[in-house]
Amino acid sequence: MTVTLDHYLFLSAAVFAIGLFGALSRRGLVAVLLSIELMLNAVNITFVAFSRYLDVPGSDQVATAGQLSGQVFALFVIAVAAAEAAVALAIILAVYRTRRTTNIEDVNTMKW
Amino acid sequence: MQAVPWLILAAPLAAFLVIVFGTLYARNERLSGYVSIVAMLCAAVLAVVALAGTTSATHLRSSLDWFALGSTRFTLGVLLDPLTAVMLVVVTVVSLLVQIYSQSYMAGDSGYRRYYAFMSLFSLSMLGLVLADNFLQLYIFWELVGLCSYLLIGHWYQRPAAAAAAKKAFIVTRFGDLGFLVGILVLYAWTGSFEFGAIESAVKSGALAGGTITVAAILLFAGAVGKSAQFPLHVWLPDAMEGPTPVSALIHAATMVAAGVYMVARAYTIFSASADAMLVVAIIGGFTALFAATHALVAVDIKRVLAYSTVSQLGYMMMGLGVGAYAAGVFHLFNHAFFKALLFLAAGVVIHMTGVQDLPKMGGLARKMPITAATFAVGGLSLAGLFPLSGFWSKEQILDGAMASGHTVLFALGLLTALLTAFYTARAWLLAFWGEGRVVEGDAADADVHGEHASGEPAVMTVPLLVLATAAVLTGLLGSSWLGDPFAGFLGHATEGAHGGGSVELALVSTALVIAGIGLAWLMYGSRSISAESVGATFRPVYVMLVRKYWLDDLYGWMVRVFVLALSELLLWFDKTVVDGIVNGTGWLAAAVFGRASSRSQTGVAANYGLVFFAGLLVMGLAVLVGLGR
Repeated sequence: MTVTLDHYLFLSAAVFAIGLFGALSRRGLVAVLLSIELMLNAVNITFVAFSRYLDVPGSDQVATAGQLSGQVFALFVIAVAAAEAAVALAIILAVYRTRRTTNIEDVNTMKW
Repeated sequence: MQAVPWLILAAPLAAFLVIVFGTLYARNERLSGYVSIVAMLCAAVLAVVALAGTTSATHLRSSLDWFALGSTRFTLGVLLDPLTAVMLVVVTVVSLLVQIYSQSYMAGDSGYRRYYAFMSLFSLSMLGLVLADNFLQLYIFWELVGLCSYLLIGHWYQRPAAAAAAKKAFIVTRFGDLGFLVGILVLYAWTGSFEFGAIESAVKSGALAGGTITVAAILLFAGAVGKSAQFPLHVWLPDAMEGPTPVSALIHAATMVAAGVYMVARAYTIFSASADAMLVVAIIGGFTALFAATHALVAVDIKRVLAYSTVSQLGYMMMGLGVGAYAAGVFHLFNHAFFKALLFLAAGVVIHMTGVQDLPKMGGLARKMPITAATFAVGGLSLAGLFPLSGFWSKEQILDGAMASGHTVLFALGLLTALLTAFYTARAWLLAFWGEGRVVEGDAADADVHGEHASGEPAVMTVPLLVLATAAVLTGLLGSSWLGDPFAGFLGHATEGAHGGGSVELALVSTALVIAGIGLAWLMYGSRSISAESVGATFRPVYVMLVRKYWLDDLYGWMVRVFVLALSELLLWFDKTVVDGIVNGTGWLAAAVFGRASSRSQTGVAANYGLVFFAGLLVMGLAVLVGLGR
């Protein structure tokens, strides 16, 4: 069985959906953070898959900027995800220190 | 000739605008007076030109399009016919003389510029009123006249009495104006036009007849009752004495009160088409003539005596018009303008020089101010209707008309009024100018005096008096039956004089009554062989009733308190509960239903927001896909 682009995209969609579900349904802030990481990485899979399959296999062509941009984007996303994780963990710590909880339903001051 | 009426209007308008905007930075405030007088002089000259070019057949109309509403076109126009020409001369001449006189009377007044600006506006309004060729325009100027009289009566607005009098004049006339407006609208609804000519032809062709015309005429007359101070809306005029005396002269002679009589004369075709309306006019007029005259018997303030005499004489005019003596009514308006202006200006000299307004505090002034005393006497005798002064002729004609039309009761009222008029006029003259001087210097503080005590009568005051006195003597001859009554002929009502205008018996009877009235006044206030105090004491209830003005002011005050205030309370309640309730209820509904309910969706939990966000995104994505798939 050959692994086609569709397989990667289904994988990516599945991971993204799991991440989305987790981000929306989990109560713990850390779990939400993990879910968001999942969604980011689902996107990364898509980027890389497109980059690979848009590149004509076996060609001697020098990779163009367009073909490389998918991989570059994936690198960017990883960097941003790292920064995001740092900031988010700091927020979680701050929330825990002020409220003695990381339950997302108790952090609900964002209303009227 | 076509342009003359427009120019007559332009002169005072220009004066008003120049005074208001042009002399703002003029160092010499007397400039405003000169501007106003020069403009009025131009208007007077033009008015004489217009009169000279007018014959009984003249009917000059020129109009401009004003605006169109649907298919109805509204025009601004002027109409020059004999009636208007006569009124133009009266208004401009009296206004000119009053303004010249005011040079002295208002000298040094802090509101000098304002005074002359409003005088110009007042004259403009009255001229526009008499020149109007349709009811709508007449109504506009009618209201402007009311506004100007408000402004001028309240000239010394710092005095509470003047401010109250101005408000009273404005509000009381408003009652009549409402009827007037409704009357105009009734005429418009039935004829589709505001123009006098169109309405008159509708009346003549019978398109407008029966009950409608009676209702319309009586509604119009309601306006005249307010403006011309007829019973029961006469109460504002005596109070209007709070204004400067020249203003009173103008209001009483040429402008404001003349407007009501003029309007009835202008709409005479409508009135004479309804016997009932004519009867109402005649009865109100005749009753007012006598009713007001009784007030004047006991009035203490010299200006109030004159004010009641004006109300009474206006009643005469209305009675004349009502009994069908059209020319007589207009002629009396014409004569009255001159002698009443004369009387007020003469009274103004007295007030100006002594600072006293109450008759019992005056006396012996004939020595101090002989010209004033003499001219006041001429005006007074003319008012009383003594042969051969102007008042005699027009009064005879009115009484004659009442007799000829078979209204015996009205005729009797008129005769009785003539007696009373002679009495109170003579009383006022005797108290002011005859006998011992009773002027106490200390009393001067309560009147409008500018410190010109006993410095002789200023020429700027006496010249207008002399001019008016000449007019008061001579104008009557215009309507004299000896000369064939040229005045009525000029108005195109020459036939009227034919039914015995000037029966000798009537003239003798009324002259006898006038002399009796003057003689009685002489006995009471001249030789003092009858004590006025003992007469007052004998008829004490009557005396009190007259002094209290038949309690009419009290009655009106009570009615205002009971009905108007009760109605206000009711409306206040309605406003507070119903109107405010709806407004506040809307707010409450919005807050409770939409606000509070929708605020539930704001949980504050970020996950919920995210869910909605993604759901929205999904919907949008699907929409795009469906759109692309097409």
